[in-house]
Amino acid sequence: MAGLILAESAIFTIFVVAYLFYLGKNITGPTPREVLETPIFYTICLLSSSLTIHLAARFLARGIGFAFLGLWLLTIALGGLFLYGTAEEWHRLIYEHGLTISTNLFGTTYYSLVGLHAFHVTAGLIILAIVAVFGLAGRVGVKQSYHIEVLSMYWHFVDAVWVVVFTVVYVLGR
Amino acid sequence: MSSNVITVSVGQTDAKPWVDELHHWLATVDHKRLGILYIVSALMFLLIGGIEALIIRIQLMHSHNNFVSPEVFNRMFTMHGTTMIFFVAMPILFGFANYLVPLMIGARDMAFPRLNAFSFWLSFLGGLLLYFSFLGGSGLYGAGSAPDVGWWSYAPLGARAFSPGHSSDYWTLALLVSGFGSIGTAINIIATILCLRCPGMKINRMPLLVWMNLVMAGMVLIAITPLSAAQIMLLIDRYFGGHFFDTQAGGSAVLWMHFFWIFGHPEVYVLIIPCFAFMSEIIPVFSRKPIFGYPVMVAATVCIAFVSMSVWAHHMFTIGMNSYANSFFTLTTMAVGIPTGIKIFNWIGTMWGGRIQFKTPMLFSIGFLFQFLIAGLTGIMMAASPFDWQLSLSYFVVAHFHYVIVGGILFALFAAFYYWYPKMTGRMLSERLGKWHFWLFLIGFHLTFDVMHIPGLLGMPRRIYTYEPGRGWDTLNFIISIGAFIQALAILVFVANLIFSYFKGVRAGNDPWDAWTLEWSISSPPPAYDFATVPVVASRRPLWDLKHPENPDSRYE
Repeated sequence: MAGLILAESAIFTIFVVAYLFYLGKNITGPTPREVLETPIFYTICLLSSSLTIHLAARFLARGIGFAFLGLWLLTIALGGLFLYGTAEEWHRLIYEHGLTISTNLFGTTYYSLVGLHAFHVTAGLIILAIVAVFGLAGRVGVKQSYHIEVLSMYWHFVDAVWVVVFTVVYVLGR
Repeated sequence: MSSNVITVSVGQTDAKPWVDELHHWLATVDHKRLGILYIVSALMFLLIGGIEALIIRIQLMHSHNNFVSPEVFNRMFTMHGTTMIFFVAMPILFGFANYLVPLMIGARDMAFPRLNAFSFWLSFLGGLLLYFSFLGGSGLYGAGSAPDVGWWSYAPLGARAFSPGHSSDYWTLALLVSGFGSIGTAINIIATILCLRCPGMKINRMPLLVWMNLVMAGMVLIAITPLSAAQIMLLIDRYFGGHFFDTQAGGSAVLWMHFFWIFGHPEVYVLIIPCFAFMSEIIPVFSRKPIFGYPVMVAATVCIAFVSMSVWAHHMFTIGMNSYANSFFTLTTMAVGIPTGIKIFNWIGTMWGGRIQFKTPMLFSIGFLFQFLIAGLTGIMMAASPFDWQLSLSYFVVAHFHYVIVGGILFALFAAFYYWYPKMTGRMLSERLGKWHFWLFLIGFHLTFDVMHIPGLLGMPRRIYTYEPGRGWDTLNFIISIGAFIQALAILVFVANLIFSYFKGVRAGNDPWDAWTLEWSISSPPPAYDFATVPVVASRRPLWDLKHPENPDSRYE
């Protein structure tokens, strides 16, 4: 998993570099300053899901299955909320501001970078959901603790990437 | 390390109907079978890529030749480059890594056998996808339209406007898919080496081949992924109307170059480091001496890996970077020469004073040392940016990198084939055919690639379709093409040797070379479970300890 994370980091690095390289090189509008709003609430959702998954894994290791399951479902809910936030933002950008991936350089780089991250969140949510199904069926116990640790590593990585994306797109990029 | 050999009744495996056998090969998760699948599929692509090279050479044999049309010529050099790098060199080296790494560290398989199979099929199907473009590049009506924009597909050539149809899409997808396969394999190699070493195999006792494959796999993770990212961007440009590399909307063609070469240059080291690994195993065995300077070899490998990540823009001196960038990349590129030089000295140091046996693997290894040195020297010449401004995109460059890839990588691979074929099949490759192969290939290689430097210096650009008579290029190109045919003949001898020896070769036994690493302690070919009992090692040369209990290495390390 550490290897995969290293490889994924390299992919994200390239996309972040492309985003930074093309900042302010738009020939036509809209520009980030005009249309982007900082999604503070959804960011808090995603970052706190890192905490809940960490606690869930800890509880599982100690064999407290009930607390694990509750926190696990909470993680999925928080991740889902974040994804909804992204969807809402994209909807607003597309229908109110007419910004699509082919509008200008900002559109291309923004949707690619945020989309790549959202894709990783989605993939993570699918895997978390599979674990939740097994958990509800009572098949996740202390024995699977190691696998859950690995999975939570992936989720932490997705969150860490969001910190970078957030900084680049919403703080530096405006 | 007792009772290493368990006899499996051979009759059982031979009697299976061929459908069963085929099913076993297709559904296998065994690292040895997957290794062989990698190698065989890569050899198949080697023959195809070689035919493409011959078509290029026939076209350039004399001035104003019309052997193929300009369009076909463009497709040939594009497909030749892409095939040779992504579907010959990478898979064949992964194949050897797959086969040898678990055996050398005393493991019974790779860490993730199913991921291993998945990675192989991704790489292989990526190759098929690339070649499907010959059929489906412009739909079935436009059959025969493979990608034709060069193996680096510079923007804006890769954009929709300049490569219509789907041939470039097949190129992009093939590289993306096989790239994911490479990442999977790299993760697998790293996990295997870090987690599955047998008792006593401390990290500083691993054979150098294992060390170098570890470094290679680490580089794959960082180097292949920028290419994957860039391919995703190219797909976004081509399918969603994005503007990453679209200069009319403010995008940048130079950014593609950067992304491509951030992949492209470390890739060279991804390919050459496993070849260093072969050398570091083969040269000591045929010099009858342990490797000279083991820790320095490891340090030099890691050093090359780090420095090679910061040299990519030496491919781009002619696009007009500022003088600081030019100086930086000139210096870093020259710096790579230092650890590489250390390695060459160490190999020579290993041979020095040894009782050298000139078997075929050793012949190819010595060829490697000599040619890789020259390739490195022309590399240093071109690292000087003013010199590069003069010769960039000329046949001098083509000669340089073929010196690395054919004279270095391919020679090392042939050495590896002759060395490990007995382990893989249980039979020796014929020494007589091997000597024919070596000398023919050596003559062909030098005829082609030594001479190729000269038209480059005379100003012949690469990728040129044909040229005017009277520039002094005719005779030289004719000689180059003759050399190419001699190499092709040598490859045929090699393939004949592989097939002939598989059925008629001398039985090899466990340890035909009197070698020292763990793979030679088990039967050839190894049983499915590799090691009947997990070996315990106490030094860098476990088999030496076993053969010389009175004077084991472990006493000195």
